[in-house]
Amino acid sequence: MTSSNTPIIQLTNVGKSYGNISALRDVSLTVRQGEVTCILGDNGAGKSTLISIIAGLIGHDQGTYAVDGKPEHFTSPRQALDLGISAVYQTLALVPLLSVWRNFYLGSEIRKGSGLFKRLDVKTMQQTAEREVERMGINIPDLEQPVGTLSGGQRQVVAIARAVHFGARVLILDEPTAALGVTQSGLVLRYIATAAREHGIGVIFITHNPHHAYMVGDHFMVLARGEVELDTPRADLSLEDLMFHMAGGAGLNALQHELHRGEPTTAGQAA
Amino acid sequence: MNAITESVETRVARRQVQQTPLWKRILKRPEVGALGGVILVFVFFYVMAPPFRQLSALSTVLYQASILGIPAVAVALLMIGGEFDLSAGVAVVSSSLAASMFATEVTGNLWIGMLLALVLSLGIGALNGYLLVRTKLHSFLVTLSTFLMLQGLNIAITKLVTGNVATADISGMDGFDLGQRIFASSFHVFGTSVSIAIVYWLIFAAIATWVLLRTRIGNWIFAVGGQGDSARAVGIPVKRVKIGLFMVVGFSCWFTGMHMLFAYDTVQSGAGIGNELLYIASAVVGGCLLTGGYGSAAGSALGAFIFGMTTEGVIYADWDPDWFMFFVGAMLLLATVFNGWLRIRALSRSK
Repeated sequence: MTSSNTPIIQLTNVGKSYGNISALRDVSLTVRQGEVTCILGDNGAGKSTLISIIAGLIGHDQGTYAVDGKPEHFTSPRQALDLGISAVYQTLALVPLLSVWRNFYLGSEIRKGSGLFKRLDVKTMQQTAEREVERMGINIPDLEQPVGTLSGGQRQVVAIARAVHFGARVLILDEPTAALGVTQSGLVLRYIATAAREHGIGVIFITHNPHHAYMVGDHFMVLARGEVELDTPRADLSLEDLMFHMAGGAGLNALQHELHRGEPTTAGQAA
Repeated sequence: MNAITESVETRVARRQVQQTPLWKRILKRPEVGALGGVILVFVFFYVMAPPFRQLSALSTVLYQASILGIPAVAVALLMIGGEFDLSAGVAVVSSSLAASMFATEVTGNLWIGMLLALVLSLGIGALNGYLLVRTKLHSFLVTLSTFLMLQGLNIAITKLVTGNVATADISGMDGFDLGQRIFASSFHVFGTSVSIAIVYWLIFAAIATWVLLRTRIGNWIFAVGGQGDSARAVGIPVKRVKIGLFMVVGFSCWFTGMHMLFAYDTVQSGAGIGNELLYIASAVVGGCLLTGGYGSAAGSALGAFIFGMTTEGVIYADWDPDWFMFFVGAMLLLATVFNGWLRIRALSRSK
């Protein structure tokens, strides 16, 4: 299960307009098995529109969106989920007061027995959830503890582990490290790498943070004002380049010049 | 890369704390506060009121508890599912009134009257639930409205049909004996008369506890009350769960209503007001959160037991019964504060 080059998702010149305002124009993107594609960009750059299209929340109106080579036009997230395209949003689909294993299986509970006595197969669910969570390298001492007691990073990992366990082939992670501290971000990043390399999942990682992106990314796309500003594989890009593009590229130089008026500047460090 | 290597320490402390000690797990149960309350109140009245120490007193206390406890179990489920029902108190009376009047004035058959009352009770529950999901109003408002409407209807329709504020005596009707045996009989244990309502109450509490902790629908109830949006996102039919819960409350009102009908033969149309708050109080003392997503059906039984002890204890101690409500209020306050404290401890990381 290493990174093979099978494209799962292929977007060609995809665009989306609201009235005469175009939120997204000419975006082409390929998500391959086992590859982490990072999408970066400022607020309003079109990141959410793009992932909403991929996750099936909204339909695109230009270009083509193909899954396994077959053109699709989703009208609901359920259709995307059925093809193994799963989004983990910042607000997470976890219930804080519910225990870890109950959250893990929420909506897909395993049951045994029949008729009136059909009941939860608690043991199987606990064991599977424990195994899955452990496989992701986080240690939760007691699966009976409410999800609300976990750290932000652990919660993200549980949500991701759940998506992987229930058959995700493409994972869309919407700013999973945004609200986290350094250690917690590390935990999530490690898991993103595990998901891609060991489970062969295609990951779309949306982030504000070029450092985080560069640690796990195989391919980078920077969006600005609804268009692709940068689209390169890791081999052709340094962290400094990425930070420079992320920070606003040429526009930042101008801004820095304006703000410092003659003081020596070092572009790129500002990010 | 520092960030990544640093966090490996979470891996080192592997699985040593797998088994949380039993006492700690018990302390984390939502009903533990109520259990403490039961012991406290029991000891209090045991000391203060000598007649309270008899076995027959316990039977009376349990009976009082069961009358509160049967609806309280259902109300606890509803509250875990994130909603309130203020109409439950008068809905009990609506159900007995309906059964009695359908039987005596309309159909002439007691069983058909009871069946129609069941349909009515489930219908009131379904209506509450439907109005809730349809209007998206808070359940406090929706059920406050049905509470007031039922309160008015109970008296108005009874007067219209019977010309009186109470219904006619049903004890002479065919099937009364069997009905009474099912809903309101009693049996003897160690020479003490025990009401069958106590047995039903314990059975309902046990079933509800099992459903909550060991079935899929129970899992869904917790999720719907805990975070409805997350529940919907994983495909749980949130609206149907809520309407179903209101109908369970409806069923419990019918059951209690039938017990009252066969225990007293006639029904006073103005009764039942205020009981809804005792049901809610029992559920809250038993560990239910007002905000939903947390609580226990067994806890509501303990809560009802506390209020049962208080009602009877005040009488056995020969105090003015007016003190009862004061004790209910004080108990509720204490229990809520204590439960809140416990929950914070339970939710904090166990070190």
